[in-house]
Amino acid sequence: MISLGRISKRSEPYVLAAIILLSLLIQARSGQFFSGNNLVDLARSLIVPALFSVGCMMVIVSGGIDVSFPAIASLAMYVTDKILLASNYSGNVILAYAISAGLGLLMGALNGFLIGFLRLPTLVVTLGTSSLYTGLMFGAFSASASDVPPAIARHGKEILFTATNPTMGLTSNMPSQILILIAVLILAFLLLRYTMLGRGIYAIGGDETAAERAGFNVRGIKMFLYCFVGVLAGITGIARISMMTYADPSTMLGMEMTVIAAVVLGGTRVTGGMGSLTGTILGVALMTILSNSLILIGIPTYWTRVFTGAVIIIGTGVTAHQTIATRRRRAQSQKAAA
Amino acid sequence: MAASVLRVKGITKSFGGVQALRGVSLDIALGEIHCLAGENGSGKSTLIKIISGVHEPDAGEIEIDGRRFSHLNPKEAIGLGIQVIYQDFSVFPNLTVMENLALNSELMDKRKLVNYKRARAIAANAVSQIGFDVDLDERVENLTVADRQLIAICRALLQEAKLIIMDEPTSALTKKEVKALFAVIKRLQARGLSILFVSHKLDEVFEISERYTILRSGENVASGSTVELDRKTFVFHMTGRQFEDEFYTPSAIRREPILSVRGLSLGGAYADISFDLAAGEILGITGLLGSGRTELVETLFGIFQPEAGTISIRGKEVRIKSVKDAIRKGIGYVPSDRLTEGLFQPQTVERNLSITVLDRLSDHFGFLRRGAIAAMTRRWIGDLSIATKSPALPVRTLSGGNQQKVVLARWLANDLSILMLNGPTMGVDIGSKYDIHVLMRKLAGKGLAIIIVSDDLPEVLACASRILVMRDGVFVQELDPTVTTESKLSELSTGIA
Amino acid sequence: MTTTKTAATVRGVRSARDPNLLRLLVMLVFVFVLMTVLRPNQFATIASFNSMMRQFPEYGIMSIGISLAMITGGIDLGVVGTANLSAIVAAKFLIGTVPRGAPPAQVVPYLIIAVLLSLSVGLACGTIAGTLISRFNIPAILATLGTQQLFTGIAIGITNGRPQSGLPLLYSRIGNTEFFRFVPLSFMIFFIVAVSVGIMLSRTRFGTFMYMMGTNPRAARYAGLNNTSIILRTYMISGLLSSVAGLIMMARANSAKADYGAPYTLQCVLIAVLGGIDPNGGFGTIGGVTMAILILQFLSSGLNMFNNISNFYRDVIWGGVLILVLVFNKLLSWREERRAVRKSMN
Repeated sequence: MISLGRISKRSEPYVLAAIILLSLLIQARSGQFFSGNNLVDLARSLIVPALFSVGCMMVIVSGGIDVSFPAIASLAMYVTDKILLASNYSGNVILAYAISAGLGLLMGALNGFLIGFLRLPTLVVTLGTSSLYTGLMFGAFSASASDVPPAIARHGKEILFTATNPTMGLTSNMPSQILILIAVLILAFLLLRYTMLGRGIYAIGGDETAAERAGFNVRGIKMFLYCFVGVLAGITGIARISMMTYADPSTMLGMEMTVIAAVVLGGTRVTGGMGSLTGTILGVALMTILSNSLILIGIPTYWTRVFTGAVIIIGTGVTAHQTIATRRRRAQSQKAAA
Repeated sequence: MAASVLRVKGITKSFGGVQALRGVSLDIALGEIHCLAGENGSGKSTLIKIISGVHEPDAGEIEIDGRRFSHLNPKEAIGLGIQVIYQDFSVFPNLTVMENLALNSELMDKRKLVNYKRARAIAANAVSQIGFDVDLDERVENLTVADRQLIAICRALLQEAKLIIMDEPTSALTKKEVKALFAVIKRLQARGLSILFVSHKLDEVFEISERYTILRSGENVASGSTVELDRKTFVFHMTGRQFEDEFYTPSAIRREPILSVRGLSLGGAYADISFDLAAGEILGITGLLGSGRTELVETLFGIFQPEAGTISIRGKEVRIKSVKDAIRKGIGYVPSDRLTEGLFQPQTVERNLSITVLDRLSDHFGFLRRGAIAAMTRRWIGDLSIATKSPALPVRTLSGGNQQKVVLARWLANDLSILMLNGPTMGVDIGSKYDIHVLMRKLAGKGLAIIIVSDDLPEVLACASRILVMRDGVFVQELDPTVTTESKLSELSTGIA
Repeated sequence: MTTTKTAATVRGVRSARDPNLLRLLVMLVFVFVLMTVLRPNQFATIASFNSMMRQFPEYGIMSIGISLAMITGGIDLGVVGTANLSAIVAAKFLIGTVPRGAPPAQVVPYLIIAVLLSLSVGLACGTIAGTLISRFNIPAILATLGTQQLFTGIAIGITNGRPQSGLPLLYSRIGNTEFFRFVPLSFMIFFIVAVSVGIMLSRTRFGTFMYMMGTNPRAARYAGLNNTSIILRTYMISGLLSSVAGLIMMARANSAKADYGAPYTLQCVLIAVLGGIDPNGGFGTIGGVTMAILILQFLSSGLNMFNNISNFYRDVIWGGVLILVLVFNKLLSWREERRAVRKSMN
C-alpha cells in the first residue's frame, strides 16, 4: 500500500536520478563511464566508505552522531597489524578481522558507555574519543606506514574477477572485500527491519522518552549500537589495508565528514528517526562517482572537492527546503480539516 | 454503588521535606468516568504516578480488583490493567501507525524479532475496537494531534486496560476533536472500562464525568457527583479563594480608532477581515483552533504578510514589515505557547524581561546600559508582583503564571499602544489567571488598546468589552459580552447548534 | 514536582556564578603548577612562554569563531577551509604582484592590499555559510561541512594543491615581530580578538541577541529579533576571524597551502566545548574558551619537554581531558541534585 505521494517525499529517487544523470553525462562526454573497468574501480572505491556509512547511518537514525569511526578503524587495524607482524603470524586472515573487530568493540564500548549510561552528548564524546584514539595510535604506538602480515597481503590479492577495457587496454580487479560489504549490508538490513533491537534504534531516534516508556532498553540499545559501529570500523580497517597492501595509519582519518555527508545526502534525517540503507548506499555512490569519475570528463582531480562540497550544499539544501514545504503543507491541510 | 476498579486510601507522599500528598483517597467504580481536578501543584500528577507505579507512596494502600498493595511498580500496574495516556501521548512520530500500535505489546511479550504480519493483525484489531479509521502505513507525524491521541488510546486497549488515566487529554484539541474524543470515551465506558479524566476545565468535567475528586495542596477537598457541582463551588474548591464575578465595563474608550483593519486576507488562513479597535477597549476574538485567529493577530505583529487589505494605525495606512517594525509601531504580542514561543526558558528573568527594550537600553554603539537594565527589571518585578528570588534565576524556575507576567512585562516596558494576547492564561492556575485579568482591565483603563484571542469562552466573556467570533477564516458575528452566553459563543464558533 | 523545582533553583543559582569558569581556572592553575614542578628549568621560562605564545593564536582565534557559531546554536566546520582559502588568495596576490627584491617601502602598500583582500575573502566565505544557514535553512553542521569542502576544494583547485611560497620577506618579518623581544604579534592579535569578542558577547546588545537566539530561535522571532541577520553576522565574524588565523598561519609557515591545519577543525570544537560553550546553543563565555586554550597549550608544551613522550600525546590528552571533564560535570550535577533533595528534607 505504498502510494505515489509517499514515494515522492523520500529522497532516494532524487539521489538515484542524480546518479543516473551524472553517469549519462560522463558517459556521453567520455564514453568511458559504463566500461567494465570503470565500474569495477568505482565499486572498489566504494567499499570502505560504504562500510563506514552503514554504522554512521544507524547512529544518526538513533538521534546521535559519531565522528570517531575512522579513528577506531585506524587504531584497531594498526594494532592488529603490529600484533600479527610481531608474532610472525602466517595463518588465515580471519584472525586479523577478529582481532581488529574485537579492538573496535572495546573502543566502541567506551563510546557506548559514555553516551548510553552517562548520557553525555554524542558529538562531544566521539570528538573526544576520536582524539584519544588517534593520539594513542601516533603516540603510544608511534604509528607510521608499515608492512602488512602475509595473511592480509594474501587477502588483498584475492580477486573475484577482472574487468578489462578493450579500448583503453586498462584492467581493474574486483576485490573480494566487496563480499564483506554485501554481507554487512544484508546483516544490517535484517537487523534494522526484522529485530526489535533494530526497531528500537528507530524508536529512540523518534522519541527517546516514549521508547523508554514503551519498554525499550534504551541504554542497552545505545551500548549495542556504538559497539556495533566499533566492530564494523575494526573490520573496515582490515578491509582497507588489505586492499592497499600496506598499513597507513592516516589513510582513513578525515573520512568522517564525507561519510556523514553521504549518509545525510541519502535521506537520513539529521535529527534522527529516519534513514534507509538504500538511500545511504546511493549517497555513498554519488559521492564516490563525483570524486572518482569527474576526471573522465577532463575535470582535474584538484577540483573534485569543489564538486563534493557543492553537492553536499545543494543536496542538503533541497532536503531542508522539502521539509519546510511539507511542514507548511501539513499545517495548511490541518487548517482546512479543522 | 458498583464495585470499585480502583480504591486508593490514605496515600501520603513527600519528596524531601515537601509533602506532596497527605492522606489522599480516591475511589473509582467499575465503568465510571471519574474526574480528578486540581491546580498545578495540587498533587494530582503525583497521585497518578503512584497509581501507575512510578512513585512509591510513604503510607497508604492501593486496592485494585479487591487486591491490596502498599505500592506498585510500573509493570505490575500495567499487568493489573492500569494505563496512563500522557499529555505528549508517547508515540513515535517517525514510525507507522502499525508499529506504534504493535511495538509495545510485542515488547511486553518479550519478542526479539518483528513479524509484520502479526503486527498488522494486532494494529488492525486495536483500531477496530474504537472504530478508528486510519491508514496503518501512515507515519504518525503526518497525523493530527487528535489522531495521535486515538493511537495512544488504542495502544492502551491492547494491554487489556481496565482503567485508563488520561492526563489533560483535551489541552491540544479543537472543540470538534474534543467532541470526538468524548464519544470515544463514552464508547470505552460502554465496554465496561473506567476512565480517570484529569482536567481543570470545568465545562469538560461537567460534560463527561459522573463523579469528581478535587485535590488542593495534596489533600482531598471535595468529591461527589458532578451534577451537584456548580462553577462557583468548583473554583472555590480548586483555589480556596472566592472570586468576584468578572466583567469589564470600559470607562474611557476613545472615539477615534487606533487600529483599523479593512478587508485583510491571507490565503488559507483568513479572508476579508475588517474591524476597528480604540484605546481603552478590550476586543475579544474567539474561534476554534484553525479558524485563522492566530494567523490574523500574527499578521498584525508582522509575522505573516497579508495578501490583500489594509491596516491603519491612528488613521494612517501602514505596512507591518517585520516583528521589529510592529514593535516600532507600538504593537506588542503575547504568543500562545509560552514554552516555545514566549520565553527563553533557561535564560535569566532579567534577559527574558529586557529583550524587547534592549534597543532603548543600550548606547549608540550597541553597548548595554547594564544599570538601567537592572533597574528596569527590578521595577517590573515589583509592579507586576512577579514571584522570583532573583532576576538572575532562569525563567523556567518560575510558575506558569509568573512566567506569563514576565512576557507581559516585556511588552509593557515598551510604551505600547496596542497589546495583543493569544491564549493569555493557558496553563496558568486560577489564582494567577484572575490576577492577569485584573491587570488587563487596569491597562485598558489606562488607555491601552487590547486584543485577546482565546477559546476559553468564560475568559472572553469576563474580559472583553466587545467580542468578534471567527469561523473558517471570517468574522461571523460581533457580540456584546454583557448580553451573550457561553453557549451562544460556542454555537457561533463551531457552527453547530 | 517540588523536588525538581528545588533542584532547578539550585542549579540556576549556581550557573549564575558560573562554576565552570572556576573549575577551568582551578584546572589551569593545576596544570601550570604541575608542569612547573616537573620541569622547573624548562616550563616556567621566558623562552617557553614565548614559544607557547607563538603556537596557540592561530587555532585559538578559530576556536573563538567556532564558539560564536555554537552560541547561536550552530557550528562552523568551515573555519580551516576559510583560513586556508583566504591565505592562499593573499599569497597568490603577493607572489603575483610584488616585484622581486623591491624595497620594503614599496612592498608595504601591497601587503596592506593583501591583508584586506584576505579579510574580505574570509568575510565572503562567512557570508556564504551564513546565507545557507539563515536563508536556506540548511542545518549548520551540514552547510558548513559543505562549505569546508567547497572552500578547501577551491583552494586546492587554484593552487593545484601546491604550497604557495616565495612571499616577500617583509611579510613574515612583520608577522613574526615581537614586542619587547618577547610578545609575538600573533599573540597580540589573539589578545585583541579575545577581548573584543568577549566584550561583544557580554556587553553589547548583539551579544545578548546571539545568546537569546541560540537558546530559542522561535521565541527570538516573537521577541522581535531578526534571526536571519543575527546568524548571517555571526558567520561573517567567524569567517573574518578565520581569515585572521589564516594570515597568522601564512606568516608562521612563510607560505600558504590548501591543507594546512587540517586537524584544527575538530580540535577547535573540542576547545569550545571544554571551555563551556553549550553545544545546543545559548551558553558559554570567551573567558572559558580562552582558559581551555591555555590549558591545552600548557599541557602540550609541557609534555613536549619530556623526551620520551611523543608529541602526539597531545591528542590523547585533549581527548582524555574533554571526556574526564564531561564525566566530572555529569557526576557533579547528579550529586548536586541529590544534595538539593537532601537539603529540602532537613
